[in-house]
Amino acid sequence: MATDVAIDRETLVTLLVRLADDHLVLGHRLSEWCGHAPMLEEDLAMPNMALDLIGQARALYAHAAEVEGRGRSEDDFAYLRREREYLNCLLVERPNGDFAQTMLRQLYFAAFMEPFWKAASGSSDATLAGIAAKAVKEVAYHIRHAGEWVVRLGDGTEESRRRMEAAIEDLAPYIDEMFDDDAVTAAAARAGVAPQPSSLRSAFDRIVGPIFAEAGLTFTTPPYSQRGGRKGMHGEAMGFLLADLQHMQRTYPGATW
Amino acid sequence: MHRPSSTCRDLLPASGEKGERQHRAWAAAAAVPDPEVPCVTVADLGILRSVEIIDGIAVARVTPTYSGCPAVLAIELAVEAALRDAGFEARVERVVSPAWTTDWITPEGRDKLRDYGIAPPEKTSSSIRSLFGEIEVACPRCGSSDTERLSEFGSTACKAHWRCLACREPFDYFKCI
Repeated sequence: MATDVAIDRETLVTLLVRLADDHLVLGHRLSEWCGHAPMLEEDLAMPNMALDLIGQARALYAHAAEVEGRGRSEDDFAYLRREREYLNCLLVERPNGDFAQTMLRQLYFAAFMEPFWKAASGSSDATLAGIAAKAVKEVAYHIRHAGEWVVRLGDGTEESRRRMEAAIEDLAPYIDEMFDDDAVTAAAARAGVAPQPSSLRSAFDRIVGPIFAEAGLTFTTPPYSQRGGRKGMHGEAMGFLLADLQHMQRTYPGATW
Repeated sequence: MHRPSSTCRDLLPASGEKGERQHRAWAAAAAVPDPEVPCVTVADLGILRSVEIIDGIAVARVTPTYSGCPAVLAIELAVEAALRDAGFEARVERVVSPAWTTDWITPEGRDKLRDYGIAPPEKTSSSIRSLFGEIEVACPRCGSSDTERLSEFGSTACKAHWRCLACREPFDYFKCI
């Protein structure tokens, strides 16, 4: 993936922050299940995956801070930005809903990230390549875990299937945004830093398709797609999420332990 | 782009007086146990990448196992403390590239894990198993391969939860990444 085309610092920081925000927000969402999961194994599984995602976010924020060179820390990125400054896609901020919604959201995001990390593990940015090489293996576990649940619920009882179908309909408008290209992703692709999101669509379909087939589920094409997250325009759920995420740092500025 | 994978063994220091100090520094750092799996050391796990004397300072490089492993900071502090205890001025650097893999766990490390009741990872991480494809994991207690996975995720990020259908004991499996 390496090329000689340079990428300007601001564009690279934007790319890294988008990625980091996706992972922090989804990691926070999963951590909300801690203590509330339907069984002990899941109560361990979801914080475990949250830990992977937050760990990936930390590495990405730290790298962004270093590239930016303005003395911001990973904590500044996570705790001290306003809602409009978060650049995560809308899918990851969707509320947990029930288990079907949580697992389907997880499957969609993991099926997007797996081919992304695979391509980025050959990134011309050595730090991103290192983060990606580790993350690609972690995300493989996430796909397997979420995929098994999608099959179990889709091919389960009448009630579990009804809920999985409702989740498919509910989340359908939030898929397309993940695959949007723009000036930032184009510059990153030219410089061999990261793949264009649109190029990952077929790999996503190859992951999700067989899982849906095994579950006997059909994908519904949404009447519209929701967008805006990459530009800092978020849904109602995001403010509540940030209030929770940032509460300690906003209440006790500079607190450490 | 990746440098080819290397293990800690490839990075053993040169001979001479500096080499002797590096050997001592390596030995001090290498003996640090993993805080979550204390039966193995950071060297057994392959997460201690190198120890070099640079401008009189012992510089240890360590690699995180999992992106979100909460033990990383504890390991870095413990390695630094071990080097200071051995009389070195010390610094620890975190290296993310090339990414750590369970392939770097030494044969001794695998034996120690098994003796401790944790099934070591399968030999190689390069064979990404297909979705739903099960792997065969031998029970660390009785050796039977009649085992089943209870959960992909266990008590720490690096482990999955399994049970043996022969001796009926539950056990941890050190995941292969």
